[in-house]
Amino acid sequence: MSTPASVIAPAEKRKRKYYLIPTYFAVICYVIFLGFPFLWMFTTSLKSPLELLQLHQTLLPKGLYWQNYQDIIEKRGLINSAKNSLVIATATTVITTIFAVPAGYAIARLKKVFSGAATGWILISQVFPVSLVIIPLFMAVRRVGLLDTIWGLILVYLVASLPFALWMLKGYVASIPMDLEEAGAMDGASSFQILRRIVFPLLLPGIVATALFTFLNSWNEFFFALVLIQSPEHETLPLTLARFMGSEGQVLLGPLAAGAFLATIPSLLVFGIMQRKLASGLLAGAVKG
Amino acid sequence: MSTVTTKKAKSSGKGKMYNRGAWKYAIPAFIPLLLLSVVPLSQAIWTAFTDNVAGFHVKVKFIGLENFHRLLGDKLFWASFKIGIIWAVSVTLLALVLGFGLALLLNQKLRFLGLMRVLSLVPWAMPPVIVAIMWNLLLRPTSGPIQGILEFLHIPGAKTDWLGDFNTAFPTVILIGAWVAMPIITVSILAAIQGIPMDMIEAATIDGANAWQRFRFITVPAVRAITTALVALNIIWNFSSFGLVFVLTAGGPGGKTFVPALFAYNEAFKYGNFGYAASMGVVMALAILLMLGVYLKASKREDTQR
Repeated sequence: MSTPASVIAPAEKRKRKYYLIPTYFAVICYVIFLGFPFLWMFTTSLKSPLELLQLHQTLLPKGLYWQNYQDIIEKRGLINSAKNSLVIATATTVITTIFAVPAGYAIARLKKVFSGAATGWILISQVFPVSLVIIPLFMAVRRVGLLDTIWGLILVYLVASLPFALWMLKGYVASIPMDLEEAGAMDGASSFQILRRIVFPLLLPGIVATALFTFLNSWNEFFFALVLIQSPEHETLPLTLARFMGSEGQVLLGPLAAGAFLATIPSLLVFGIMQRKLASGLLAGAVKG
Repeated sequence: MSTVTTKKAKSSGKGKMYNRGAWKYAIPAFIPLLLLSVVPLSQAIWTAFTDNVAGFHVKVKFIGLENFHRLLGDKLFWASFKIGIIWAVSVTLLALVLGFGLALLLNQKLRFLGLMRVLSLVPWAMPPVIVAIMWNLLLRPTSGPIQGILEFLHIPGAKTDWLGDFNTAFPTVILIGAWVAMPIITVSILAAIQGIPMDMIEAATIDGANAWQRFRFITVPAVRAITTALVALNIIWNFSSFGLVFVLTAGGPGGKTFVPALFAYNEAFKYGNFGYAASMGVVMALAILLMLGVYLKASKREDTQR
């Protein structure tokens, strides 16, 4: 799998080194474009408040000021917010997956009318600006008494993630040959057995990809959390981080950078490991959808 | 349950249904969607036809198409609407070009590949709110590092206030938008490229196809489907979101980056004109659906012509 698609023919091998100069130039440009903000954030997180106040900033910190990390973890409730975010994102992912897998299967296998209507709704729910749905949604959450609770946010994230999860899973199901289900049905498998024994195992890579998408979107989500969460003990990570940028943003730059760096690392790790699965997930949803 | 009588049309994926009970499986997902997506969305659409304004005990009444009529003559909104389309299309195309290029590089045998792979995911892994704050800090006049570096390198125009200047604000925001959108595009296109069977490339090489021809006739067709989907998704996501722009420029300077999602947000939450704002949302949703319809139809036609 890892062999590059552009294999170089022997005749071209001699020419190859001339390609290398522009290629590596492009590599350097990409590394700077993608990496510089991240590097800057990391070095900023190691600077002392005094250093950050100086007019001429150096890229490398003058000393390693780990206080920022200590500060953000101990004083500013980052651990608690991270815990909230973890709970919310995990619960959202688990519930979304449990709901979306059978439903995605149903949408993919139903008659065209139903499947078309479902897909149409998925599309509409994506194109309508979130900022306007937030008022009726806020009222609905308040009515069921879940305002400013972790469960309220989980419920909203579930609804926000379902359309895209359904869309992805639908694509995966469509790529599973019907013959297998036919064979199962002929052997007398019940409807649920077909889903559980035949479709589910084949769908597993797609489920993993969908779950990752859901997890990451909930982990990073800001707008719903801002509107639905009020008390600090229920804050999610993005909310806590955004608070450092208030009117006194400059003063809190160090802790902000430290928090941002810490918040990025877990998803970066998961991504690094799972990126192939993620990509194939989007691919399936797109091609077979 | 096993009343299978025909074996036709099994490869098409539609047609005969072997799992007749499948519709029941949609119910658990359908109920929360109905309560928290269909209902609020319908309410929001309904609001567009009322004179709903913020405040307690204000009687809401149905006013038909009045909001839309007013919107039609709202020059500010249409200016913003134009900015929104330019924004969504430019971000998408720029991210597509940059992401495609990066995917091609990641597919080569090069040094620092591992580093590049991880870096290509950074914008995705970072919480969007942090991305916006970070770029805001990076681009700050005088204290931001980007100005410092440009000055150090003696690049003309180093002192530009990239987010505050009339001419540079919008292109800068678009570039950052592309930075955010790149990873999904890169990763998906890379996967599509790596899915190309090796024998196909070898065969083409033996037949005397050069690098450009292999790219044109093997790589491009292989990524066509995923590219279509990525373009559609990115246009949807970018046209209806405003978080990035909100933190970076808040619509300024002089409305140069005032995207319509932000316009509608302000109309609702700053001025309390819920009904009027909702009508903007409806117009935006319709515009996106129309754009997507045209785009998907065009790319389908291109597909069948091939």
